[in-house]
Amino acid sequence: MSERWNAGVIPYAEMGYWKPDYEPKDTDVLAAFRITPQPGVPPEEAGAAVAGESSTATWTVVWTDRLSAHETYQAKCYSVEPVPGQPEQFIARIAYDLDLFEEGSIANLTSSIIGNVFGFKALKALRLEDMRIPAHYVKTFQGPAHGIVMEREYLNKYGRPLLGATTKPKLGLSARNYGRVVYEALRGGLDFTKDDENINSQPFMRWRDRFLFTMEAVNRAQAATGEIKGHYLNVTAATMEDMYERAEFAKDLGSVIVMIDLTVGYTAIQSMAKWARANGVLLHLHRAGHGTYTRQKNHGVNFRVIAKWMRLAGVDHIHAGTVVGKLEGDPHATAGYYDTLRLNHTPADPVKGLYFDQDWASLPGTMPVASGGIHAGQMHQLLHYLGEDVVLQFGGGTIGHPMGIAAGATANRVALEAMVKARNEGRELMAEGKSILKAAAARSRELEMALSTWGEIAFNYESTDVPDAVPTPTSL
Amino acid sequence: MRITQGTFSYLPDLSDDEIRAQIQYALDQGWPLSVEFTDDPHPRNTYWEMWGLPMFDLHDAGAVQYEVNECRKAHPEHYIRVNAYDATKGRQTTALSFIVNRPADEPGFRVDRQEVADRRIRYTTHSYATGRPEGARYGTP
Repeated sequence: MSERWNAGVIPYAEMGYWKPDYEPKDTDVLAAFRITPQPGVPPEEAGAAVAGESSTATWTVVWTDRLSAHETYQAKCYSVEPVPGQPEQFIARIAYDLDLFEEGSIANLTSSIIGNVFGFKALKALRLEDMRIPAHYVKTFQGPAHGIVMEREYLNKYGRPLLGATTKPKLGLSARNYGRVVYEALRGGLDFTKDDENINSQPFMRWRDRFLFTMEAVNRAQAATGEIKGHYLNVTAATMEDMYERAEFAKDLGSVIVMIDLTVGYTAIQSMAKWARANGVLLHLHRAGHGTYTRQKNHGVNFRVIAKWMRLAGVDHIHAGTVVGKLEGDPHATAGYYDTLRLNHTPADPVKGLYFDQDWASLPGTMPVASGGIHAGQMHQLLHYLGEDVVLQFGGGTIGHPMGIAAGATANRVALEAMVKARNEGRELMAEGKSILKAAAARSRELEMALSTWGEIAFNYESTDVPDAVPTPTSL
Repeated sequence: MRITQGTFSYLPDLSDDEIRAQIQYALDQGWPLSVEFTDDPHPRNTYWEMWGLPMFDLHDAGAVQYEVNECRKAHPEHYIRVNAYDATKGRQTTALSFIVNRPADEPGFRVDRQEVADRRIRYTTHSYATGRPEGARYGTP
């Protein structure tokens, strides 16, 4: 005991941050880190250092620890296991007492867990793989402003994935031309159209003009189809005041949904989620920028953690990968993200990259959005991998249709409905998908053209971010 | 026009066999079914008239299909939909909803615009059919 308090530098492990016999409490926040220690640093010491630097420690012994119940506030690294096939890497599991975190604050949670520790010199690399948020802490968050169930009831759309498209070109259209794309895509059969992440309020199109023309398009399309339609009006701006002003205007015009970018920051996201619930407007989140820290397997934050934080923060939609499109996404890892967003309970599952059981304590689900290089010819794969509670967004795959935007939208909707109908009839989607599409195309010239344009396009690149446990080689 | 509410409105109208297959799928999931009809298909008309109570604890699609056909006989010029309901905790909402009958002629909707200040417009979706009284909105006047 006395050694612990000698002035100077002693290993973190000896300061109480390495507790291999510690049994995590139900109320603890748990984290799994992938650590790559510098040569010569024992993995237990590296794990203890992460626990220390993400909780109470500094680099040297301080007597002022003795003025607190320090053993409560010290995070405990309770397990360090080597990663199979990666001799430099270890998974360290760390438990944090609930009292370390402010209620309902993603900013506070993340300032601890990823605040200082990622630049720590004793580690070559560090990645936050997963977290277990105890139900006690989950209950302090608002959660999704409306959630999947309320969104469906609000839109009156059941039994199938929703369809969307991002307006293209993403930059440069005038407000009037932009609204044309929205009208054509919605009247053709999409449920939603979307601003892209970097459409805010630029010289070629100011936000207010975009909102006005877009809502004309939305209302026209609603009358043309008899269905509720929406356009994600991006209210991302430089300040909260600007974002509130834009969101209020969108609400006044009758928009069912607004959107923000991940770049606005966790606190702004939570503020907008609160606004969205108070004002009956759905909240879409574009994960702009996440690839800078989620993609590399040895360093950063796994997207499943971002998904968890964003469900707590309270967004109704978040982009979560397509498996088959142009952007990163291993099928098993993506299934883990989708489960994390949608289910009330996710058991630990190494194949999906889920390190902990997670109980969501009835927090509503967040609707995942699949976007980026997907087209009607992949509909069977999309339904198979992503299920029903998802927004499938075909940007190029709608707007690039040779017969026009509305035809592109119709092609996607016909393909989707045909696939859902076939699935419900007991057909095997992965085996019969192509023939189901072909049969539907025989009665839809729009779908026939879409299949002949994109039918064989595939993006088969290896994923960089895959779970360590892979039972069988994955193929598409 | 063709109103495209419901899960399968972009496909050709479902045949009796196809309807039966969807009902059977819902029953296999443990979902009760209900039949509803309306002559006010406004996209925000949530409450269509109930054709009897929802049907719980069924195993065979025939009973539901019988009610669909009875409803069609009584209301040939109405919209009729079949709903399946998922009562699972955390769900507790409609799981599937598809149109099985529609009027021969669907006049659709117009947009009403109220022009207000600073270029804003207040929009309303107006159903042409609801200009006539309930029960006499479709078919020969």
